[in-house]
Amino acid sequence: MRRIRAAAAGAVTVSMLTAVTACGGGSSTGGGSNDSPKTLTYWASNQGASIEVDKKVLQPELDKFEKQTGIKVKLEVVPWSDLLNRILTATTSGQGPDVLNIGNTWSASLQATGALLPWDAKNFDKIGGKDRFVDSALGSTGAQGKDPAAVPLYSMAYALYYNKKMFADAGISNPPATWDELIADGKKLSKGGKWGLGAEGSNVSENIHHAFVFAKQHGADFFTADGKPDFTNSGVVAAVKQYVDLMAKDKIIAPGNAEYAQNQSVSDFAKGKNAMLLWQSASANLTSQGMKADAYGIAPVPVQSGTPGTGTNVNSMVAGINLAVFKNTDNLDGATKFVKFMTSDGEQKILNTAYSSIPPVKAAQADTTFNTSANAVLKDTLAGSAAALPQVADESQFETTVGTAVKDLFADAAAGRAVTTASVKAKLEKAQQQMPKK
Amino acid sequence: MTTTTASAESGERTVRKDSPGAARGPRRTGRLKRIGLPYLLLLPALVLELLVHLVPMVIGIVMSFKELTQFYIRDWGTAPWSGLDNYRVSVDFDAPVGEALLHSFLVTVGFTLLSVGLCWLIGTAAAIYMQDTFRGRGLLRALFLIPYALPVYAAVITWVFMFQHDNGLVNHVLHDQLHLGDKPAFWLIGGNSFYALLTVSVWKGWPFAFLIVMAGLQNIPGELYEAAALDGAGMWQQIRRITLPSLRPVNQVLILVLFLWTFNDFNTPFVLFGRTAPEAADLISVHIYQASFVTWNFGTGSAMSVLLLLFLLVVTGVYLALTSRGRRTADV
Repeated sequence: MRRIRAAAAGAVTVSMLTAVTACGGGSSTGGGSNDSPKTLTYWASNQGASIEVDKKVLQPELDKFEKQTGIKVKLEVVPWSDLLNRILTATTSGQGPDVLNIGNTWSASLQATGALLPWDAKNFDKIGGKDRFVDSALGSTGAQGKDPAAVPLYSMAYALYYNKKMFADAGISNPPATWDELIADGKKLSKGGKWGLGAEGSNVSENIHHAFVFAKQHGADFFTADGKPDFTNSGVVAAVKQYVDLMAKDKIIAPGNAEYAQNQSVSDFAKGKNAMLLWQSASANLTSQGMKADAYGIAPVPVQSGTPGTGTNVNSMVAGINLAVFKNTDNLDGATKFVKFMTSDGEQKILNTAYSSIPPVKAAQADTTFNTSANAVLKDTLAGSAAALPQVADESQFETTVGTAVKDLFADAAAGRAVTTASVKAKLEKAQQQMPKK
Repeated sequence: MTTTTASAESGERTVRKDSPGAARGPRRTGRLKRIGLPYLLLLPALVLELLVHLVPMVIGIVMSFKELTQFYIRDWGTAPWSGLDNYRVSVDFDAPVGEALLHSFLVTVGFTLLSVGLCWLIGTAAAIYMQDTFRGRGLLRALFLIPYALPVYAAVITWVFMFQHDNGLVNHVLHDQLHLGDKPAFWLIGGNSFYALLTVSVWKGWPFAFLIVMAGLQNIPGELYEAAALDGAGMWQQIRRITLPSLRPVNQVLILVLFLWTFNDFNTPFVLFGRTAPEAADLISVHIYQASFVTWNFGTGSAMSVLLLLFLLVVTGVYLALTSRGRRTADV
């Protein structure tokens, strides 16, 4: 009897303790502190061909940081499919990493949650000042008129990757510079089970990136100047239709691409199934898939006419990764030091070389490593013809709703249903209705 | 542990019998102890149940009355109360959000009815066929249970590969070998996605029905069949007059459990289609997930969850009331 009572009491105590500890998690309202100055947790996004590759790239650098500062950095590479959810969960619970990577297009959305440390002049001074960074990259760090929610870490831009041998076999001497040329070339290349262009029809983010650039080229925007969604204006409708028509009307994208969402189009390109691919900083990925660097060429993404530039000749979004500090970190000084380390000229060279991206830090970008012809295209695009995605608080909702609309349109195109101006407009209207009302 | 209790209790009983004039106090505390012990033993489970199920549920219900968007998730306390707004948005079937929810609800109802029906039919048929002993029965039984035993993610991801348009096994068999249709179909996007989802759901769910019905069949005495056979009943009549009525209590629970599982299934559609399911296969669990996590509006998502909870409670209540009344009249 006594034994039972003791056991029961023990069990109750244990369960009570669990209850207490579970409830007493973290304070979700607290600001930063310096309670644990010797450790940092870092969530890195998946930049390399795999998570293992990322660990191999980053660990030596983190060891270097530990040697310099005595701060141990615990690394976790979070896959893209989980990253935003993980950040949201961390925001809600207040239990998150100290430093983290965010897709730069999420900056304004995450800024609105108030979970990230604002980079005011004082904080920027701690890492060497705001003017160390390239302007286009800073344009994608948060809503206009607010202190940035993050600092740029890697910059990327879209480019047209083309298979040199397939182009030569089809008698095409130069990569296309306009969409008309791309379609004409694509038709020559789409035969015998091979296709002109690859696409990720079910990947909502990819869809958004392309829809955004096409909209720019039609002189249109997805949001009005005061930040209201405006998805059904004629320019946007024409832009989305032009993109989906590459499969629906021009038939230079394989219908099967409509269900691609896991970078299958990159594999297809590496295997020579597609002759062209519109991708951001694909070199490292292609190398890891066994495609040699001299097998493909890199050209700017086509425009409607003329050459890439600003306004309607924009041909890429400002793609990239930002580095943010979680506001209620318990090692604020260490986190700032870590950001300084990661954005230092030396680290920027090492990391951006490993990921075939472009350093958003001016001094590092000027290094000769980034002057190869491949990087020149990306650098020129970023400097002259890339535009930042709308920096509005509803950006991630916009990505989901419009990205899904484009996904549905690709599904229609793949199934052989007509994609018309009316059907595009209807889908975009539905997307707009799903946006949060304020 | 059980033996200790038994001996302790019998010990107490002997004491009482031996001394009928024992003081009242100790007896009462003894009774208290006896009554209290089960509750004490239940307490840990109760506390954990509270923590794991009830508290989150209550928090979810509270959330449904708040405007919990991205601007407030960092500090829930600051989210303004929105009264019934979230519910109003969810059930306004003329507006896009409510219309989408209704569509998703109807898709889910259709899907659940088909899936549960097919699971039950296949499971019961298989169980009846496997009732007679024959060589290899054990092997077949084990084989049938594999889909149920496999981890959901591994199994569904395999289906994703099989349903792929270009390299999938399904299109290879249907189109390349059987030459059905003039071009390969899409299974993971567009209208066919409903059938893809149904296929995976039935494939995954029927072994459970098989298992339960098989267990239920063991309780039907063989004499009943023998007597029926002597009276000249054929196989169909035996199934209709003996097997199914005898399985009634088993089926009652089985169908309810299958219904709840299928209606709430999140893993299958999520692994099959990802964060945004095609319209034709937009099951309510994924729809609610999308309403809360993808658009970051946890208030509306919670309101939809509460509505779903109410619906399932009503269905379960009505179902239990109807079936048990039926049984009571049958008993009389």
